[in-house]
Amino acid sequence: MTEITKLEKRCSQVRRDIVRMVHAVNSGHPGGSLGCTEYFVALYNAVMNHDPKKFVMDGKGEDVFFLSNGHISPVFYSVLARSGYFPVEELKTFRKLNSRLQGHPTTHEGLPGVRIASGSLGQGMSVAIGAAFAKKLNKENNIVYSLHGDGELQEGQIWEAAMAASAHKVDNYIATVDVNGQQIDGPTDKVLPMGDLAAKFSAFGWDVLHLEQGNNLSAVIDMLKKAKAEHTGKGKPVVILMKTEMGYGVDFMMGSHKWHGVAPNDEQLAQALGQLEETEGDY
Amino acid sequence: MTQKYATTEKKDTRSGFGVGLLELGRQNPEVVALCADLTGSLKMDAFQKEFPDRFIQCGISEANMMGVAAGLTIGGKIPFTGTFANFSTGRVYDQIRQSIAYSHKNVKICASHAGLTLGEDGATHQILEDIGLMKMLPGMTVINPCDFNQTKAATIAIAAHHGPVYLRFGRPSVPNFTPADQKFEIGKAITLYEGAHVSIFATGHLVWKAIQAWEILNNLGISAEVINIHTIKPLDEKTVIQSVMKTRCAVTAEEHQRNGGLGDSIAQLLSRSLPTPVEMVAVNDSFGESGTPDELMKKYGLEASNIVEAVKKVIARKTV
Repeated sequence: MTEITKLEKRCSQVRRDIVRMVHAVNSGHPGGSLGCTEYFVALYNAVMNHDPKKFVMDGKGEDVFFLSNGHISPVFYSVLARSGYFPVEELKTFRKLNSRLQGHPTTHEGLPGVRIASGSLGQGMSVAIGAAFAKKLNKENNIVYSLHGDGELQEGQIWEAAMAASAHKVDNYIATVDVNGQQIDGPTDKVLPMGDLAAKFSAFGWDVLHLEQGNNLSAVIDMLKKAKAEHTGKGKPVVILMKTEMGYGVDFMMGSHKWHGVAPNDEQLAQALGQLEETEGDY
Repeated sequence: MTQKYATTEKKDTRSGFGVGLLELGRQNPEVVALCADLTGSLKMDAFQKEFPDRFIQCGISEANMMGVAAGLTIGGKIPFTGTFANFSTGRVYDQIRQSIAYSHKNVKICASHAGLTLGEDGATHQILEDIGLMKMLPGMTVINPCDFNQTKAATIAIAAHHGPVYLRFGRPSVPNFTPADQKFEIGKAITLYEGAHVSIFATGHLVWKAIQAWEILNNLGISAEVINIHTIKPLDEKTVIQSVMKTRCAVTAEEHQRNGGLGDSIAQLLSRSLPTPVEMVAVNDSFGESGTPDELMKKYGLEASNIVEAVKKVIARKTV
C-alpha cells in the first residue's frame, strides 16, 4: 500500500469516527470536521515533526498546532487518537461527563495533543504567534501551525493578530483558513460578506497561498510541504486559503451550512457510514 | 503607641513594577514583556531598552497581546503583559478567560492606572471592577500591592509562582513605607498594627489611608488592627479569622467597587465562618469622573476619615 493510499484510508476512518462521535451524544459539529479531515490527516501524518507518544506542553524541538475554531473538535480528537496521542477507545467519551474530550478542546483535563482551549472564536492566531515567538527566542527551527474557520475571520482579534504577525516578521508560522463559505446562519457571503480574503491578508503583509482542493489529500500534503519548504523563513507569516466542502464525504451533508452543528439520527448515521469504509477499525 | 510607619518618600506603584521587571529580566532569561502602546506609562522602558529581544510591542491590540502571552508560555516563557487596568481586564475578559485562565497559562497580567487615582482621564479609564472580574476566574491569583517597594517585590515574586496572576497597581505617587527588603509572600497578609477593637483590612492605595486612620483612632482611644491584604485571591483566611476572633468586627477599605472587591471577599469568608458586622469603604455602585486623585478619593469616600467613620459605625454594631 502506498503512503498516500494508507492516509486516504485513514481519512475514511476519521470520517466514520466523526459521525459516530456526534451521533452518540446527539451534539457536536460534523460539517466543518468532515471538511477538514484531509488537512488534519495530512498535517499530523505527513507534515509535522512531532512525537505523539511523548506529549509535552512546551513542544520544544517539535512543530506545534493550534485549532482556533475549536468546534471542529471531532476531527481533531479523531486524528490525535489515530496518530497515537491517546487511546482510540477514548473517542467514545466525547462530550460525556468526566471526559477529557470536552465539547470544545481544552488543556483543562490534560488531553495529550491539546495546548490551548478554543471555542470562543478568534483567539488561536494570537496564541500561535506567541508560540512562534517563543520558538524564535528558544532558537528552535520548528514551525507553528494553526487552523481557522472562514467565518471566524469576522472576529476582530484575528486582524489584530494578522497585523502583529507581519509587523514582527513571524515567519515560522503557517496559518490555514478553512474556506468552506459557510457559517451557522448561512453562507458567509450572505451572513457577513468578507470580500477578498487574499487581498486582505496580502494587505496585512502575509504571504498568501491558495489551495483549491482542500479535500484532495495529495494536494493538501503538497501544499503544506511547499508552504514549509518554500515560504517560511522569508520574513512573512504564511496563510493558506484552503477551499473545502463542509460535510465532505457524506453526500447529504455536503453543500450546505445545515450540518454545521447538527448530529445525524440513527438512520442518517447508517446512511453516512454506508458511504465511509471502515479501514482501521471503529472505536 | 505611636505611628510607626514613616513617610520618607512618595513614589508611584507603577515604577515599582518597572524596577521589579527590570530586575527580573536580569535574573531570569525566560521573562518576556509585552506592552500595548503604554511603555512609558507602565514604566517598562528600562526593560525594553536592556532586553529588546524579550520585549514585544503589541500596539493598541490588547486582545491579541493576551493571546500572544498565552502562546509564549507554551514555549516555556514567563510573559508579563502591561497596559492600563481597564484594558487589562474588561476589554479582554474572554481572552483571559479562555486562553489564559481556563488553559492555565503562566501569564502575569500587570495592570497600571487602576481605580479613581488615574485622575483626570475620567471614568472610561478608571476601572473599579477589575478585582471582581479577575477574582471570579478559577485559578487566577489577584494581587494589589500598596506602595512602590511592595509592588516591586510582588512583581519579582509572581515570576516564581506558576499560574496566571493579575497584578494591580496605580498611577499616583503615594507614601512608600514597606521595607525595601521585605519578602513578598503571595497569599500572606501583613499585619501592620495589632489592635483589639476593630480589624481594618485594606488593600492597595487604601493601606496608607488605613495607617492614617489608625493614628486618628489611636488618639480617640480606639485600638485598631490594621492588616494589609495585598493578595485578594487566594485570601489569607487564617489571618483574617484570627484577627476578627479577637476584634469581633471588621472594616474593609479599597479603591474598587464594593461589589466584587476585597470587602465582598472578607464578608463572604466571615459570613461562612464567623458572622461579624462588616463595614466597607469602597465605591458604591458608581462610575468615577475627572478630577485630581485627591479630589476623587475625597468625593467618593475613600479617605482616612471615611475609614474612621466606618470603624465607629461597625463598633456600634458589635454584639459581643
